[in-house]
Formats: sequence, structure tokens, C-alpha cells
Amino acid sequence: MTQPSQPSVTAQPPASAPAPHERSAPAAPGVTFDVQGLNAWFAANQVLSDISLQVQPKAVTAIIGPSGCGKSTFLRTLNRMHELVPGARVEGRILLFGQDLYACDVDPTLVRRRVGMVFQKSNPFPAMSIADNVTAGLKLNGVRQRTVLRERLEQTLRMAALWDEVKDRLSANALSLSGGQQQRLCIARALAIEPEVLLMDEPASALDPLATAKIEELILELRRQFTIVIVTHNMQQASRVSDFTAFLYLGKLIEADHTKQIFTNPRIKQTEDYVTGRFG
Amino acid sequence: MAMMVLALVVILGLELCRGAGLSLRVFGWRFLGLSHWNPVNNDFGPLPCIVGTFVSSLLGLAIALPLSLATAVYLTELAPGWARRPVITLIEMLASVPSVILGLWGMYVLLPWLAAGPYPVLKRCLGFLPFFQGPVGGGYCVLSAAIMIAIMIVPIITSISREVFRSIPDTQREAAFALGATRWEATRLAVVKSSTRGIFGAAMLGLGRALGETMAVTMVIGNTHGFSASLLAPGSTLASTIASEFDEAVGSLYPSVLYEMGLVLLLVTIVTNILARLLLGAVRGRQHA
Repeated sequence: MTQPSQPSVTAQPPASAPAPHERSAPAAPGVTFDVQGLNAWFAANQVLSDISLQVQPKAVTAIIGPSGCGKSTFLRTLNRMHELVPGARVEGRILLFGQDLYACDVDPTLVRRRVGMVFQKSNPFPAMSIADNVTAGLKLNGVRQRTVLRERLEQTLRMAALWDEVKDRLSANALSLSGGQQQRLCIARALAIEPEVLLMDEPASALDPLATAKIEELILELRRQFTIVIVTHNMQQASRVSDFTAFLYLGKLIEADHTKQIFTNPRIKQTEDYVTGRFG
Repeated sequence: MAMMVLALVVILGLELCRGAGLSLRVFGWRFLGLSHWNPVNNDFGPLPCIVGTFVSSLLGLAIALPLSLATAVYLTELAPGWARRPVITLIEMLASVPSVILGLWGMYVLLPWLAAGPYPVLKRCLGFLPFFQGPVGGGYCVLSAAIMIAIMIVPIITSISREVFRSIPDTQREAAFALGATRWEATRLAVVKSSTRGIFGAAMLGLGRALGETMAVTMVIGNTHGFSASLLAPGSTLASTIASEFDEAVGSLYPSVLYEMGLVLLLVTIVTNILARLLLGAVRGRQHA
């Protein structure tokens, strides 16, 4: 996919704080993602227009909005998954710790190793054991030493709060797990390659309330170590787990702020209407 | 209606048994271990044919499987939309080419070429192995038969593995991509690894066809009886022997022997299928253990 060539900032951002949300400005220091003027298309159909947003480190940012507002697409532009769809296109800049992910010399597979992703429906590899699922990404990266794999396996399964449930059957097939366990396995799989950011696309929408609660608990736990961006259609979930919330509507960013602010005192009428359930 | 199929198989088996009755009475089961073939002296030994059947079929499968899998992967994972349809149509057309036409092409086009170029080269490079010794001649040999078989079974293996690959949901591919896999790695991790059972099934189905493949094989294998380790030497299979010798089978024992060989072929095909199913069961058991 060809990207418009734009000046890319690969070095650390300058010390002086630039004005936020200014087009093509150097990255604001300290932010994980600095999205600047992002547009995205499926063929001729524009699904995101002119989105600028900063994602804070070691915090949970929730993307909310009605179905079809482009929140999943937005998430998938953050690790360059969007462009895998034939005809899909992206314009604008997304800086990850100051580096433009869409600069022409950036390898999208390396972006995806830095920015992990968990999907709406759990998708463990069905022909593999629990252990092999977790270490699949490490093996892709050429890690072969058994002791290292074993160590990472336990570490990430513990991080995903799954270790105690599966430690006695690591070689069992991944599909023998329950739906909620499978989703946590997918989280472990994403964490195993030590990403800098974790993207979650409605990770609990296919789960029952109990499994959902476990995932949410896990998100709050992981927040200490990772930057998390979560797409959710569930506003209660957004208010429970996120520090920041961005409201998308018809492909536009309507408002982004502290979650508390968005849910109690939004600045824009549309946001208020949506979070209070008047539409969407 | 379903019982009709079963009844047909049973009738077929019984008919073969009846035809083979005389041969069974004369030779009994040691027939299978006999290897001399001289119909003039009522000397019949099908062992070389049985070996030839397996060697040519397995070799054909070994040639066809990588080709078919590569084609199926290309069609499901890599090919741009406009290239897909023509390739699929071509493969379907290959499947519909009558065996005898393929045999003619093999005899008059493929074999002279193979005998002039690739076979001598193979002999020069790998001649120290017992598999590539002896005169090349006109190219009528077990290896040629295997190549014909491969061409015959590529379409079925390709189309079945294509179905298998297509049944893998895109979420699986996305899972691999999200781990930083390249397109090739994603195909291996999400598609091929999850399809072992299906690939196995496709290969077994191909083998089933290969074992019974008659016309094209008969036309290029040379139809000699006897053992040779060399793949460049002529040979025969059960099917090719039946096909090439039925019209000259005079008397009562000779036709009966051919019937019995048909019975053996039928049994071999059925046993192969059962074995395949058992093995498939084992693979499945491992996957879901």
C-alpha cells in the first residue's frame, strides 16, 4: 500500500510542549499515540474523517460510539490492520512514541509486533495447545529456547489471570477452554510478544457477565503496565474500565476527554445525548 | 437410495469373488506372494503389480501433494481476485480431461521429452541410487506413470484443500497478522497448521484415485511383470495389468486371475480408505485431547 509521503518524526519529540491537536505538529511528549488528521476509507467509502487524538500512556482509553461510527476501523488503523482489507486506505499521521507508523520505511508487521490486538470474538489457533497458542508470536519472532518460551508462557498466562486455571493442562487443545478463558488466552497470546500497546476490539461483547467481569478486572490490572485502547459499545463498561473516553460519531471524533468528564459533564450536546442513551 | 450404494458395492464384491473363484481355488491366498508371470504356463504372480500399484501411487501423491497445496494456498490466500477464477476453471478442466487423452499426450509428447532430457539427467545425477538405474529407453516406466497419476489427482487434491483453507475464518488470519506475521507466516500459522486433518483427507482421497487409475497409467508404464528397484524401469500396476491383458486372457484360469487381481485392488482401495479414516481419527484425537 502506498502512503502519501509526509515528513516523519522519528527522533524524540522536542522538549517544548507543542499545541495539541495541531495538524502535523511534532508529537506531544509523553503520549503513546499521537493521531493527527487521520482519514480512512474502504474503497470509495470514507469511514474516518480528520481524527486527531492523543492516547495517554499506562491508561485505558475507551472508544465509544454507535455501530458503524468507525470505532473498530479507528482501532485497526493504530496497528495497520485496516490496510489488510483489499481497497482499504489510510491518510494522515499516527505517531507511536514519536515515530510515524505510516512513514514509508515502516514495516507494518513490525508495527503489529509493537501494538498487540485482541479481537471481538476470541480466536485462538484451533489446532494448537494452550501453550503453543501463547508462544505462537514468540516463535514467529524466532524465539526457540525452551526455557525462555516456558518462562514467558507462565509469565503471560499469569498476567492474563489464566495460569491457575490452565497450569495443569497446558498441552490441552485451546478450544477445550470456555469462551471467557479463550479470550484471556488471546490476551496472553498478544502479551507474550511484549507489545507496547494493547488494542481491544469489544473484547467482552461475546461473553457472559461473569466472564466479562473477569476481562474488565484484567484490563484494570494490565493498565499498570500497558497502554490500552479499547473499543466498546457498552457505555457502562467504558465508564468502569477507562481513564479517557473518545466519542466517535459518523467517522468523526466528537469529543475526547477524561472518562468522568465525558459521562458526567460532556461539553458537546451529541456526546451527552449518546451517553445518556438518547440515541445510538 | 443410500442402501443402493451399499448394495452395489456388495454385488460388485460378490461378482468379483465369483469370477475369481477358480483362481482362488487353484492358488489360494499364497497367490498374493507369487511373483512370476507367464500366462502360457499358467504361471501368475501379482506381487510385482501390487508393489507397482503402491509405488506409482505414492510417488504420484508425493509429486501431486506439494503442487496441489501450493496451488490451493495461492488461490485462497495470495491470488488477486481477477486471477482466481481462470486458475480454478483451468484446474476443473484438467479434472475433466479423459484419462485416455492424457495418456495419448503422455505417450507422444511427455515421454519423448522426459526420455530425451530429464531422465538422463536424473540418471547422471542420482544414478548411484538403485532408484535411478538401468536404461531409459522410450521413457515407459514407473516414474512416468507416477507423473501421469500426479497430473490426474492434482485437481481433486487442490479443490478439496482449497475448500479446507476457505473454511478457515478470517479471524484466524487476523490473529496471526496481529502477532506481526507476514502474509506467508499467517498462511502457515493460521491456515495450513489448522488444516492438517483436511489436507490429510484430501491426500487420501487422491491416493484412492491414484491406486485405481488405469488408462493413462497403462499407456505409459510399459506393462512388464517383474521387480525392479529402478523407477526408470517399466513395470505394471493391478489396474494396468487388468486393462492391458483382459482381451488376451484366454482359457478359464487367466480371466479368473485377472478377476482376483481386481478383487485385490478393490480390497486395497477399501483398506486404504479405512486406514485413512483411522489415522484421521487419531489426528483428530490429538487435536482435541
